[in-house]
Amino acid sequence: MLRRLLRNPLAAAGGLIVLALFAAAAGAPWLAPYDPSDFDAAYVLDGPSVRHLLGTDGLGRDVLSRMLFGARVSLMVGFVSVGIASLVGVTLGAVAGYFRGVVDTVLMRFVDVMLTFPTFFLILAVIAYLDASIWNIMLVIGLTSWMGVCRLVRAEVLSLRERDFLVAAEALGMKPSRVILRHALPNAMAPVFVAGILGVAGAILVESALSFLGIGVQPPQPSWGNILTEGKSTLGVAWWLSVCPGLAILITVLGYNLLGEGLRDVLDPRLRAR
Amino acid sequence: MLSYLAKRLAGFVPLLLGISFVSFLVMAMAPGTPVDLMTDLNPKASPEARERLEKFYGLDQPLYVQYGLWLGRIVQGDLGTSFSRDRRPVLDKIAEALPITLFLNVLDLALILGLAIPIGIYSAARQYSLVDRATTVFVFIGFAMPSFWVALLAMMLFGEQLGWLPISGLRSLDYDSMSALGQIGDRVRHLILPVGIAALTGLAGLSRYMRSSMLEVLRQDYIQTARAKGLSETVVVYRHALRNALLPVVTILGLSIPGLIGGSVIAETIFAIPGMGRLFYTSVLMRDYPVVMGITLIGAVLTLLGNLLADLMYVAVDPRLRKR
Repeated sequence: MLRRLLRNPLAAAGGLIVLALFAAAAGAPWLAPYDPSDFDAAYVLDGPSVRHLLGTDGLGRDVLSRMLFGARVSLMVGFVSVGIASLVGVTLGAVAGYFRGVVDTVLMRFVDVMLTFPTFFLILAVIAYLDASIWNIMLVIGLTSWMGVCRLVRAEVLSLRERDFLVAAEALGMKPSRVILRHALPNAMAPVFVAGILGVAGAILVESALSFLGIGVQPPQPSWGNILTEGKSTLGVAWWLSVCPGLAILITVLGYNLLGEGLRDVLDPRLRAR
Repeated sequence: MLSYLAKRLAGFVPLLLGISFVSFLVMAMAPGTPVDLMTDLNPKASPEARERLEKFYGLDQPLYVQYGLWLGRIVQGDLGTSFSRDRRPVLDKIAEALPITLFLNVLDLALILGLAIPIGIYSAARQYSLVDRATTVFVFIGFAMPSFWVALLAMMLFGEQLGWLPISGLRSLDYDSMSALGQIGDRVRHLILPVGIAALTGLAGLSRYMRSSMLEVLRQDYIQTARAKGLSETVVVYRHALRNALLPVVTILGLSIPGLIGGSVIAETIFAIPGMGRLFYTSVLMRDYPVVMGITLIGAVLTLLGNLLADLMYVAVDPRLRKR
């Protein structure tokens, strides 16, 4: 499977980008040339140079170091919120698909309702009540993005349920929880996995937008989005503050998307035929 | 057609109820009640006055009664009063900002469709050509580009460096002193960046969709038949394939509406456009809960209407559905 993934050059590139990001995030304390919150008073808003490879911000902090630590934020937000979304979506989807009938109808109507809200509005509305912090952001993104996975899992479980091996499991008198967990879900996980990888990209985009608007990750904690906020206020003066974090977001999201699409091709032979 | 419409509208009732219920729950989750907010600002408020206010808002009632009361007010078009200093009805504030947002979104959508459909057709008709490969690359990058970053770069380039275009608001300060033609020009100049960027970032998804839909149709038997008849490729693509390929795009259009509306928060905030998105953003910052809830509710209703519109369009373009 891995070999087939690597044979697709785009997917391999995506995987490489993702690996590099993990390395950058994990190694941030050693890779960063400076402490991300140290001020270099003599070099405020200084352009890229040998001393500061990506320049400094309005407080004289090293942009490269801040971006390396920002990679941790987007990685964490991406994975934790997708984890929450997958947990909710898989659980509700499996329950709906397995029990069918009224349970299914009620849950699917709930999904319809959630899909009607412009997600970004819902996220902002909740942020208005809670305080903007990285934990709340992850929770809110997770709780507003599980609907796709839920539908996916429901459809898979619905069709798996008719298969002989599931009917056999039921006939043996297994509890529904065991049938779902041991027999239905393992066979429905491939598309969830792909949706998860693509979901990480989506969550990173949302987090950066929220942080950019000042209602996401709060400074002094560095995130790519909130470095861009400063880029906006120093638009004509410090281009590196606008260009670098945006490029980082672009490459990151691109990496996850390529990897996700590649995985989809590998994991789903039905799609590969097309 | 009418019975179809009636059935669809009837289906909206439970959805609307669900939407209102989720909105209400989010509002009920909020720390502090409207009464707290009002009395906190007024040190002279006595406990008796608080009680009277709580009675007035029905806060002494159980939650489901409160929901009923609230729903009753919403149905009558009463979204409450803004917490901000002007204390204006929420509905008035939204009514002021909504047309701007709708206008911009319609413009965005028109531009996206106008560009994405031809691009999609062309890449499908010439699959794996240079243009097709180039658009594929563009689509992947377009998906990954944060719209606010593109907006920032465009502001930097066209606004600051070149000074060609204004970067905020919908008109210049000296708008009133301009000639009629100058006023139109001024408006257009202010629209170029926000609309252009929304279109650029929205283009990727739709053109990709159009392409795969077209590819699917071009594989059908009736296309083979048309080609076998000796029709030119242009006629085959534009007369026989296009109409069928457009069908799924109509559906995707309906599905993309919540994204468009949600996206206006970012665009309007960056470009300082006084629409519903910016109103929403400032209300979130000021914790103006009635406005926040009002806009969330209206956003959901707009999405429903958009879906209905997409469904109707679907019926209009697909004769197979009309007969049922």
